[in-house]
Amino acid sequence: MSFTEEQITRYSRHILLPEVGGKGQKKLSQAKVFIVGAGGLGCPVAYYLAAAGIGTIGLIDSDVVDLSNLQRQILHHTPDVGRSKVLSAKEKIQALNPDVQVNTHEGRFTSLNARDLIRHYDVVIDGVDNFPAKFLINDACYLEGKPLVHGGILRFEGRAFTIIPNKSACYRCIFKQPPPAGVVPTCQEAGIIGVVAGIIGTIQATEAIKLILNIGTPLTDRILDFDARTTAFREIRVKRNPTCALCGPDPSLTELIDYEQEACQLQPSGTMLTNG
Amino acid sequence: MQLTINGKPETLEVSTVLDVLKSKDIDPQLVAVELNTQMVDQEHLGTTSVKDGDKLEFLFFMGGGA
Ligand SMILES: [Zn+2]
Repeated sequence: MSFTEEQITRYSRHILLPEVGGKGQKKLSQAKVFIVGAGGLGCPVAYYLAAAGIGTIGLIDSDVVDLSNLQRQILHHTPDVGRSKVLSAKEKIQALNPDVQVNTHEGRFTSLNARDLIRHYDVVIDGVDNFPAKFLINDACYLEGKPLVHGGILRFEGRAFTIIPNKSACYRCIFKQPPPAGVVPTCQEAGIIGVVAGIIGTIQATEAIKLILNIGTPLTDRILDFDARTTAFREIRVKRNPTCALCGPDPSLTELIDYEQEACQLQPSGTMLTNG
Repeated sequence: MQLTINGKPETLEVSTVLDVLKSKDIDPQLVAVELNTQMVDQEHLGTTSVKDGDKLEFLFFMGGGA
């Protein structure tokens, strides 16, 4: 595959970088990134990866756009309220960059479909808003050997962390299991400063690009926490945990588990919210 | 004794990791604790002792994303 005149112009600021060049841009155009959740984190990740010319972006989300999402979920616009998030996201991605192939999955990421969904991708992005799904993504990526860029946001804070299976610490090396239902609030309950989603999401997108291009040092074995109130980052060094039930030498987790959905995610009406 | 907690020096009179959490009013269910770069198992928080000069990092669950 060679680039057209138009593509060379579009990606010229990448191509100018010695670390990227035409070769790197070609790698990006052949890369496949799977994003779980087309919400606060998933939107900026997908938007920047699309702009960067990532060849294939996979998106899964079961939700429709809600007016309260627009404060941060930048791929969704006012006329999209009530529409499927993955379809809304796909339209914006393709308007920005028609080179990108977007595979959409309207539904939930579960233990039944997780491994099949990520299998044909190079990098996976965590853009979900609940712990059962965060653990599921971690486990599925480890079992499929896929690099994962984890992200989390709450109130004024955010966190990013890259995991390379069998090489660096996984999410379970730090957090053994999801917290008991209801003890940790979600963005929906506790609020989120919209731009924090953008800050963490763009860090996740940066990590994905670095992994694809094999540039620099990935955010592995260190957790990067950001606090918008002080505009300060804190880096916590971590390492693989020999007692990790997933990636340790004596694993007890060899298949995926669906944890109970947290009770706090149940709306008073009883509507289940996932990937919201 | 002198401890470094999340990068900041603090003086606390405690004997275990669990004591540190209690003194700071932190629910042990909400946090992963690293003691001198080793993760401490949730079940061992009450039996893992801390000594002068130890470094502790608290990692709170952050589950949002959407
Ligand atoms: Zn692990």
